[in-house]
Amino acid sequence: MILCKPIGQRLTVLFLSLFVSIFSVSAQDAAAGKTLFMSKCAACHNVFKDGTGPALMGLEERHKWADHNELLKWVNNPSAYMAGDAYTQGLKTKFGSLMTAFGDITLKDVDDVVAYINDEVAKKAKGPVAAPGDTPAATDSSNQNAIIFGVISLVLAIIALILMQVNSNLKKMSDDVEGILRPEPVPFYRNKVYIAMAAIVFFIVGGFLVTKGAIGLGRQTNYQPEQPIYYSHKVHAGINQINCLYCHGSAMESKSATIPSVNVCMNCHKAIQSYEKGPKLYTEDGKEIDGTAEIQKLYTYAGFDPKNAAQWDPSAAKPIQWIKIHNLPDHVYFNHSQHVNAGKVQCQSCHGEITAMDEVKQVNELSMGWCVNCHRQTKVNFNYSDSTGNQFYSIYEKFHNDIKSGKMDSVTVKDIGGLECQKCHY
Amino acid sequence: MSQKKYWQSFGEVNDQENFQKQQQDEFKEELPFEGFDDKGLIDAKAPRRDFLKYLGFSTAAATLAASCKIPVKKAIPFANRPENIVPGVAKYYATTYVQDGDVIPVVAKVRDGRPIKIEGNELAFTKAGTTARAQASVLDLYDTHRLRFPQRKVGDKFEETTYEFVDKTIGEGLAAGGNIVLLTSTVNSPSTLQIITEFLAKYPGSKHVQADPVSYSGMLLANEASGFGRKIPTYHFDAAKVIVSLGADFLGTWLSPVEFAKGYSAGRRIDEKNPSMSKHYQFEGYLSTTGANADERFTHKPSETGAVALALLAALDGAVTAPAIDNATLKAGIAKVAADLKAHAGEALVVAGSNDANVQIIVNAINNATGAYGKTIDWSTPVNYRKGIDKDLTDLVTQMEAGQVGTLMIYGANPAYTYHDAAKFTAALKKVKTSISFNERMDETTKLCTYTIPTHHYLESWGDAEAKTGYTSFMQPTIYPLFKTRPYQTSLLKWAGNNTDYAVYFKNYWTAKLGSLDAFDKALQDGVMEAVPPAAVAGSYSSAAVAAASAAITAAKKISGDEIVLYQKVSIGTGTGATNPWLQELPDTISKATWDNYAMISLAKANELGIKLDNDYEYYPQKPVIKISVAGKGDVELPILVIPGMNANTIAVAVGYGRNEELGKTAFGAGQNVYQFTSFDGNNVNYNNAVTIASAGRKQKIAQTQIHNSYEDRVEVVRETTLGAFKKNPNVVADFRKDLEEKYARSSGDFRKEATLYGVHDQPGLKWGMNVDMNACYGCGACVVACHAENNVPVVGKSEVLRYHDMHWLRIDRYFVSGENPDDLKGVVFQPMMCQHCDNAPCENVCPVAATNHSMEGINQMAYNRCIGTRYCANNCPFKVRRFNWSDYTGADSFANNQDQQLVGKLDPVVFQMNDDLTRMVLNPDVTVRSRGVMEKCSFCVQKLQAAKLDAKKDNRPLKDGEAKTACQTACSADAIVFGNVHDKDSQISKVRAANTQRSFYVLEQLHVLPNVSYLTKVRNTDEEETKNWGGHGEHAAAATHDAVIPAGEGKKEEPAHH
Repeated sequence: MILCKPIGQRLTVLFLSLFVSIFSVSAQDAAAGKTLFMSKCAACHNVFKDGTGPALMGLEERHKWADHNELLKWVNNPSAYMAGDAYTQGLKTKFGSLMTAFGDITLKDVDDVVAYINDEVAKKAKGPVAAPGDTPAATDSSNQNAIIFGVISLVLAIIALILMQVNSNLKKMSDDVEGILRPEPVPFYRNKVYIAMAAIVFFIVGGFLVTKGAIGLGRQTNYQPEQPIYYSHKVHAGINQINCLYCHGSAMESKSATIPSVNVCMNCHKAIQSYEKGPKLYTEDGKEIDGTAEIQKLYTYAGFDPKNAAQWDPSAAKPIQWIKIHNLPDHVYFNHSQHVNAGKVQCQSCHGEITAMDEVKQVNELSMGWCVNCHRQTKVNFNYSDSTGNQFYSIYEKFHNDIKSGKMDSVTVKDIGGLECQKCHY
Repeated sequence: MSQKKYWQSFGEVNDQENFQKQQQDEFKEELPFEGFDDKGLIDAKAPRRDFLKYLGFSTAAATLAASCKIPVKKAIPFANRPENIVPGVAKYYATTYVQDGDVIPVVAKVRDGRPIKIEGNELAFTKAGTTARAQASVLDLYDTHRLRFPQRKVGDKFEETTYEFVDKTIGEGLAAGGNIVLLTSTVNSPSTLQIITEFLAKYPGSKHVQADPVSYSGMLLANEASGFGRKIPTYHFDAAKVIVSLGADFLGTWLSPVEFAKGYSAGRRIDEKNPSMSKHYQFEGYLSTTGANADERFTHKPSETGAVALALLAALDGAVTAPAIDNATLKAGIAKVAADLKAHAGEALVVAGSNDANVQIIVNAINNATGAYGKTIDWSTPVNYRKGIDKDLTDLVTQMEAGQVGTLMIYGANPAYTYHDAAKFTAALKKVKTSISFNERMDETTKLCTYTIPTHHYLESWGDAEAKTGYTSFMQPTIYPLFKTRPYQTSLLKWAGNNTDYAVYFKNYWTAKLGSLDAFDKALQDGVMEAVPPAAVAGSYSSAAVAAASAAITAAKKISGDEIVLYQKVSIGTGTGATNPWLQELPDTISKATWDNYAMISLAKANELGIKLDNDYEYYPQKPVIKISVAGKGDVELPILVIPGMNANTIAVAVGYGRNEELGKTAFGAGQNVYQFTSFDGNNVNYNNAVTIASAGRKQKIAQTQIHNSYEDRVEVVRETTLGAFKKNPNVVADFRKDLEEKYARSSGDFRKEATLYGVHDQPGLKWGMNVDMNACYGCGACVVACHAENNVPVVGKSEVLRYHDMHWLRIDRYFVSGENPDDLKGVVFQPMMCQHCDNAPCENVCPVAATNHSMEGINQMAYNRCIGTRYCANNCPFKVRRFNWSDYTGADSFANNQDQQLVGKLDPVVFQMNDDLTRMVLNPDVTVRSRGVMEKCSFCVQKLQAAKLDAKKDNRPLKDGEAKTACQTACSADAIVFGNVHDKDSQISKVRAANTQRSFYVLEQLHVLPNVSYLTKVRNTDEEETKNWGGHGEHAAAATHDAVIPAGEGKKEEPAHH
């Protein structure tokens, strides 16, 4: 818990800077296009291969798509567009379903996505590009500090011991010289003072360790089990920037974030049948993983035959038995939607830098102290007078008056009862 | 002038000294500890050193056990997630609770594919009301003793079979000829009735017989004789200013209590500015739920109902002569009621519970004389709750005996248990070649059949029900069938040569009827379709039958000795609730007994039997057993319970108990069957009979809950007055509060802040509050069962209730109101008592680990995993609403064998049944299942409040009033409970409190515990003005009330601070 706070802060800073950097880069068309493509298009489309929808390579050469306004009309409202257009009707017959409408896409977005597609096509023509380097992992300096302090203390303790021995030897020598008779000195291991001191130290250190261990019973920080499929969050959420909520959408509405069902995986993996361009994957103990083989595992669960994609029957899929990493005791009520939707907390705040993890591990200890700490510090979205605040809090007249009068500068979760037992235990 | 007494036990009223002495004991049951004698601790069986050794060992063992292995948990998502279903988010589906003709449109809460809670349907004529049985029905779905597959009898044993086999053999058997009879309880499903018609058409000579376990045949025949056809009308209790019930328990079990409670409570609400309410008279033999709520009660022997009805009619229009009535009180009562009925022509309603057609004909004549038809009785919408004619069943049994029935198919009915001559039915059934039962459980009749083809539970079914003409409600499945069951309609369809499933048939039937699939979908979504028909009254009143009926009543032989009357409990009903642990553990409205039936006897009878009604009688659960014999019908031995306000010679026993072993551990072993004491008079079954009783010379334990909690002589818990007294002096209750303010808040007048040493809790946002209108609480217990279901409250079984270990978070305290003589019953007050969520809670201050503390929203919170079980809080709670898990009732402990206790008390089998994996599917996943050694209590359904708040936050809006509701509130069919944010001036709770300042009170206000639950004083509509002095003036306020209850004791002054 003591270590947790600075690490947490560091991680937050790291993430903030990550996000900022992403945004600053995305000024360029292709990069913005990539983000858009990944979040909106990639579920059904691949640049080079037909998936749920057609391959987008050479898009502008087909139909009227050279005119991006036409493309925009189609994307904004496919069913209306299709009504008077034979080409798109043909597409629907070929692929079996109509494209999802994206009403919020603008002309700029279309330009960006097309730029990205053309960019990808050009890159492929040039030959494979080396995978972009990983973000350098932040070294855990606090751990190093602890080691340094430990070594220094040990050295100092040894020096003190030597000096004490030297001191007593010198004293003995001087006593011998002066002829003062002293009782035969006892060796240090029978010296009661030393034994008492050692016992006290033993009790303090031992007690500390036992208590710490007892508190940590049942906690699973750094728990990183092997999953039935080597699923890399780094590849999906990191490199390909799939939004967390695309797969864990229930986090917005339910207490459980839920692991996506097989049909959600297959939305993309009907098209993405092999792992080719990404960085090499390794397990925690350094074994190399064949990404394509892992996708094959998914197909086994889904009952999907890549050669016969059109025949796939989603209802025949078998569920994947994932191993649950983040476990809370039965007496804790935790609701994802409360935090993600109402509280606007980022997933990473609790789950750590998921986008950099190949295999997910539990980063935080998920203890009550850890929860409560956050509840103490987190500010509630309270300003109902400006449109960003949550209107629910409009009933807290006293706090609003206090803010107006300057008595309070912000309202934390604690102030509205976030530390009370029955917020989480009932 | 004699003062009124409010009492809960005879010990309290008759034997004050011993009563008080025993109230001091913390443990009322015998403790299982080895005695420490004078030898000292070291020589005791478990000396201190051993104790410490065990302590050390178990601590170490626990640490090891807890630390060695962290189990691997799996998270298994859907393979193919259905649209609309979000794991962790509840869905609500409208459906209909149907049980033997009872119809209650409900909404089932479904979490992750499992129905876990029943709520009433707001769109229906029942206006979201439910009963205890409807609330508990969700547990029936997960009953481990449901039949799981079709079976056929080979020799004496049942063997599993397949539907193919069954369809083939039965189909062939039906085709081969022989009379076919379909015996059901009342069927009011239009589509099923059509299927039955089609089935009967396919097999000429076959017939459909409807038989109700507790029949309304007399009423149906009487209405036919009075010119309305074989129907039962709709009763409008809300339109009645004077309600007279001749033994009809319309708030408990008669026809449609939900609907009646709604209407009745409408007429019982009081506007303080202009107080008035309907007047309810009850004539009955025993003390029923309805009688307990009456303004004035008159008792008579059950056989005298006809005479009373006749006397009423005679007093009204004089066309008939009534037999003389000896009892002066009763005679005066009849005269008074008749006068009141005359004065309220067109606003009066008389109902009778008798199954004697003659009595019902006279009641019809009375209703005609008071002009009730068209006003309080509506013939344009007759109801379909009960249709059985008793003679049809006896005729069928005669036919069966004569070997004239080839195939008997049974659904719902259980004559081997409910028939007045069950042995005769059993013998007759043996003469039927093929008997098929569609029942869900192996009940007494099913056991005797040659085939059992179990049907779905209603939560697994498609279906419909027409409660009354024009009011249709629909059922849709809320879960995939758990077992290999099949709707009996599908069987009938198949055997009639129609190969469609009932689901398809049902859909086609209603799509055709409603015109489109969209209309059908809408109907399913709403769950109800109420197309009120134009007010075409079928038939008009005819007095032709009155003379004959009156002659028959006059000629009836008088019974001189004791009489038995059979009644239904609100929980068990005709016996269908017996398999449900929640219902078995629900304390009876009047007796507060669980898990049993018993003989309710009068004080006079107790005196005659030499039973002394002192504290020992109440204190020890062993009650004397009597032998009840009916000539020619055998005898039954039952323990007695003495109930005040009973007719001296009436013995009342509940039906529905004494079930067979195959129905499971819940039903088996509880009570005795008394259906054999009913008798058939050639037309109808009578539910009363002449009996002789004798002491059986032994005792038997009854698990009652009423004296489990003690208010330590504080009496300002319950407040009751009469309308006359209230009109004269409306401010008695309000003055009490004013007096407290004057005494304890002299400088500021703010009792809340000034009368305590403790600070005041800051409540900046919401503040929850509840109000209970005691005028609208009839004690039915629907709220108690709803609380069980919502909050995973454990079932503890009879042996644990006997040890005072019952776990109900919400109890309904029953107070008898009497004069000096306890038998002079003036009324009964029901008070729902749950955690009062005191703002200055005595429990919070004494918890050594702060496991219970106060929230900013005014909730007294309980953190189970923090509780170490000192029980200081329960001791310090003035209302005794905290419940302690003495045993591992739920199996939630980490140690596997904690439930297997031998030394401190073996748990009943039902506890283990409730822990079965199947039964546990009913648990609410949002509420922790508590383990042994922790305290628990009402949480104001905090999980529902949190969910409502979260929904508002997600929608970015303030919380609306009525979004957060407690389980007890939604269950109540009389809307007695109001809940909400008291900081919101427009909320219902604020409005109710503002509108009822004269009746509103908090329990034990003088303790300054500042409860967040307020009550509205119970008002009975009598003119009696002498009422208890609630204090309010001078120093002796509290002392005066003590004098009222403790004639011998000295009045103690209550301290306004904590003890």
